[in-house]
Amino acid sequence: MPQQLQNTAYVGGLSNPPVVSAQAFRAAMNAMARPGRTEEINGAIPPDGISVAAGSLLLTLCDPETGVYLAPDVDSEVLRGWLAFHTGAPIVAAEQADFALGSWAALTPLDRFRIGTPEYPDRSATLIVEVPGFGAPNAVLSGPGIKDAAKMALPDLAAFQNNTLLYPLGVDFFFTCGTQVAALPRSTQISAEA
Amino acid sequence: MSDYNFAYLDEQTKRMIRRAILKGLAVPGYQVPFASREMPMPYGWGTGGVQVSAASLTPDDTLKVIDQGADDTTNAVSIRKFFEKTAGVETTEETEKASIIQTRHRIPEAELTEDQILVYQVPIPEPLRFLEPRETETRKMHALQEYGLMHVKLYEDISQHGAIATAYAYPVKVEGRYVMDPSPIPKFDNPKMEMAAIQLFGAGREQRIYAVPPYTKVVSLDFEDYPFEASKADHACDLCAAKDSYLDEVILDDAGNRMFVCSDTDYCRSRRDAGHTGRLGEEAA
Repeated sequence: MPQQLQNTAYVGGLSNPPVVSAQAFRAAMNAMARPGRTEEINGAIPPDGISVAAGSLLLTLCDPETGVYLAPDVDSEVLRGWLAFHTGAPIVAAEQADFALGSWAALTPLDRFRIGTPEYPDRSATLIVEVPGFGAPNAVLSGPGIKDAAKMALPDLAAFQNNTLLYPLGVDFFFTCGTQVAALPRSTQISAEA
Repeated sequence: MSDYNFAYLDEQTKRMIRRAILKGLAVPGYQVPFASREMPMPYGWGTGGVQVSAASLTPDDTLKVIDQGADDTTNAVSIRKFFEKTAGVETTEETEKASIIQTRHRIPEAELTEDQILVYQVPIPEPLRFLEPRETETRKMHALQEYGLMHVKLYEDISQHGAIATAYAYPVKVEGRYVMDPSPIPKFDNPKMEMAAIQLFGAGREQRIYAVPPYTKVVSLDFEDYPFEASKADHACDLCAAKDSYLDEVILDDAGNRMFVCSDTDYCRSRRDAGHTGRLGEEAA
């Protein structure tokens, strides 16, 4: 392994893990509890090509007990090394993943991921979708965590609506861009913006 | 600087609890199993709530702990001290100033805001447990939404007592899907569960975490002809004269004299500070 790659794996971790991960988790929890709302999250400096938000989520939530799937567009020796050093999380296939990282195009189709079982719907994957930005909203959200209605830009509508139909099974999503994170749990009802 | 890791728990444990909280928020009312740890206090003293609070706290938080509404009982004081020592966070008795409120069996009277988190201590998280002791069966019942047994129990209340006699831990249905135990809060508090704050539930001994996101529909189970009623003692508080708060009955002497006081001590104190005085208010002051 070239010197450059080795060094990259060791830098960019959480500076003060107990405090920084607590703050990152609160951002993630607020996002998951209020679908469509963006929160600031930072702490980690992941290798090039991965957002600070996605890197911070991975370091906050992943450890040797969670399998991580890296979609082809983000998978690299550098990222694998970085995750291995900072979290110890095993890299697994999509079908076994607890967490998955990639762009929307690279993560689809969704039916590869675990959706839980009727007795244990929590045994399902959480997808971290890297998005280019939180642009003009194309979806109207309602359900738990949303007072009346919320609006959000989603990379697709049908795939998320189908995921909602599986409720209480299904996968849950984080969307990351720069230092921002938003979430879409399986409980959210989605309709097209009029 | 204390010699504890921030908020006592080790980082791996916090990650495990945090993952459970996120799945709990994604499936409101569903009980997520988690690997509950031994805490430096006995089971039944809020170890579930303490673990959820520890995983949620940041150094910027202000923590309030209540036990049956009171800030000054043993359980509340010891948990508050625990986090003062292990997390170094600010603590308060004022509901409005708190960002995280850990509670045993009450919801504060003051309306909670979007910036607050309410953490419940839960003894028995499974609402069907006293009807069906086997976990394998109750899991199936939740999976199949087989909640007929719970309605039979409420019906038996009516046939024996003429009304639904369940007064606390009154079962609710969350977002039309999961029947959930709201922890042993009085049913007076049930309507408050549709709130702006995040609600997290931790059961340490039973190793379950569940959650209710803000504005989630929380409906108390009932019948068309016996609708749910949020009841309280039909009195005003004897210290602050509040008619809208949940009251504790206190026996004063052997002659049967009694008084009713707000169970939420902070609410009662803030009303008395504002000049409200109840029947026995001046004697108490």
